[in-house]
Amino acid sequence: MKGATVVDVERCKGCGLCVVACPLNVLALTTKQVNQKGYNYAETVLEDTCTGCTSCAVVCPDGCITVYRKKEE
Amino acid sequence: MAEKEVTLMKGNEAIAHAAIRCGCDGYFGYPITPQSEVLETLAAEKPWETTGMVVLQAESEVASINMVYGGAASGKKVMTSSSSPGISLMQEGISYMAGAELPALIVNVSRGGPGLGTIQPSQADYFQTVKGGGHGDYRLITLAPASVQEMADFVDLAFELAFKYRNPAMILSDGAIGQMMEKVVLPPFKPRRTEEEIAKQCPWATTGRIGMRKPNIITSLELRSEEMEQNNLRIQAKYRECEKNEVRYEEYKCEDAEYLIVAFGSAARIAKKVIAIAREEGLKVGLLRPITLWPFPTKKIGELGRKMKGILSLEINAGQMVEDVRAAVEYSVPVRWYGRLGGIIPEPEEVVNELKKMTL
Amino acid sequence: MTKEEIIRPENLVYRKPELLNDVPMHYCPGCSHGVVHKLVSEVIAEMGMADKTIAISPVGCAVFAYKYIDVDWQEAAHGRAPALASAVKRLWPDRLVFTYQGDGDLACIGTAETIHALNRGENITIIFINNAIYGMTGGQMAPTTLIGMKTVTCPYGRDPKLHGYPLKMADIAAQLEGTCYVTRQSVQNVASILKAKKAIRKAFEYSMKGLGSNLVEIVSTCNTNWRMSPEKANKWMEENMVPFYPLGDIKDKGKEL
Repeated sequence: MKGATVVDVERCKGCGLCVVACPLNVLALTTKQVNQKGYNYAETVLEDTCTGCTSCAVVCPDGCITVYRKKEE
Repeated sequence: MAEKEVTLMKGNEAIAHAAIRCGCDGYFGYPITPQSEVLETLAAEKPWETTGMVVLQAESEVASINMVYGGAASGKKVMTSSSSPGISLMQEGISYMAGAELPALIVNVSRGGPGLGTIQPSQADYFQTVKGGGHGDYRLITLAPASVQEMADFVDLAFELAFKYRNPAMILSDGAIGQMMEKVVLPPFKPRRTEEEIAKQCPWATTGRIGMRKPNIITSLELRSEEMEQNNLRIQAKYRECEKNEVRYEEYKCEDAEYLIVAFGSAARIAKKVIAIAREEGLKVGLLRPITLWPFPTKKIGELGRKMKGILSLEINAGQMVEDVRAAVEYSVPVRWYGRLGGIIPEPEEVVNELKKMTL
Repeated sequence: MTKEEIIRPENLVYRKPELLNDVPMHYCPGCSHGVVHKLVSEVIAEMGMADKTIAISPVGCAVFAYKYIDVDWQEAAHGRAPALASAVKRLWPDRLVFTYQGDGDLACIGTAETIHALNRGENITIIFINNAIYGMTGGQMAPTTLIGMKTVTCPYGRDPKLHGYPLKMADIAAQLEGTCYVTRQSVQNVASILKAKKAIRKAFEYSMKGLGSNLVEIVSTCNTNWRMSPEKANKWMEENMVPFYPLGDIKDKGKEL
């Protein structure tokens, strides 16, 4: 299984709950970049590790994360 | 009950029967003297088995008026009734309904206050009804019946005005008219509106997104001051329109009158007797009876009043409408008030004596 | 496999629910409201009730719920949502009618309306967000504030001698004949969120089956007014709120029927 997440950066408020929820530490909050509202936002830091389990998206209070999953051939 | 049949009933009962007949969708109320017969009559009539009208005894007047808010917000023709202390409790909901522009009917069969006061009739809720009552800049369309027949007739009229202006309307009655029995011809049966008719008449209503239309939202909240001012201006424009179109009154023996009584509801009935006695004694007195207390017949009283030697505002309260009468004639004519308090109804003779004092 | 190969419509497994629109929610970062909004949106869509839902929003943080979830909404006066819902459901029996209320709205100023709507067995659902504090007005003591918990109106901690005791509304609701389903859930992690969603679905279904009134309490956080990070607030909630407000179904009359 192989997954990918897409974060709606402008909708993200940087609460960090997705970072905590990810069992594989795929996500992290930016430390330098901020979005237009001034929040550090979630981004994928370990792209190859994501399994598309959706944990990050499920806990996201603002519905910022879209998740895709594909069976590896 | 056959249509056009003359029957004998209490004013409160007439309200209930008229509600069923005019296609009312729901009544939500709480017992309080002297209006409990409205709910009692509805409970006995069981309209939910005939027209499908919902009747619910709520846990308080606060709940009743908020049930009315919910029903009105969904486009339904809904009403409540109560008496003065209960109407005080409803003021929050009434203000919210005016703010959210919701049509509904509230019947106040008023009694003497302040506080728990008395269960006897009074007109002391005039200020509360026509000057606001709740918070914010709003008005209540107010009809003042003077007979059991008008109690019956004004239910449909109040709903019509409420829906026309998307604003709550009140029937301001009192314990005398609520409790007294008179002959009445009930209005003809009108079916309740169908879902399609509601959607057409009230495209703003929260009925569920029929056909997945854009969501409808009913709220009185707007945190942006500029937008809130616009909301207020829109509502005020509606009120000016209502003042232009909906003033209703009755003129009685005013053609040759030198003195004018202004009185509404029960007091207007007394005034007619007063006029009969006064005219026998050679005093030319007429009556102007405001039927709509808001919008008030300011213009009519101004025109008519200026021709008079004096005006008596006859009210079963400590002098409330008299302020509007004085303003209507712009203080150009002597205007006096006479009334009794605490649930006492003035006797015609004492009013005649007051009139005589004006001629001195 | 590249990321581009994975990000294709056929591989989509999770996205913001369709009924939750794109208007940015005013809730603070990490607020439980957002999660519950998502669950409510998902359940309405999954039940195919988007065109038949009439929702009632409260006064408090969730006052603007109507801006975010694309169904018809009525905004109620403080505490009165169950009265509105009672009337709406009776007038529109085939509609899905629910209220969404916080602890101040439901358990304080609206206690009478809440208890009586539940006890009449109105076929509605009340979603009750209990974060033990007034959020919108700036962190004042709520009827559900825990003993010893500090708020701006009990800055030295809630003292029963001064402030009385926290109110367990779900336990009261479960005692009422009119309630069908009373449950206490939370939304701090994936497992609890999935359970909460099932509870909301069950409550909505019972209400449509006419089995009586339903209360879904969500033990929540208010990290801003609790003065904690979202992560810490979730932990604090588990350690302090849950022992006093235990999770799980308290009453499920629908199961017996």
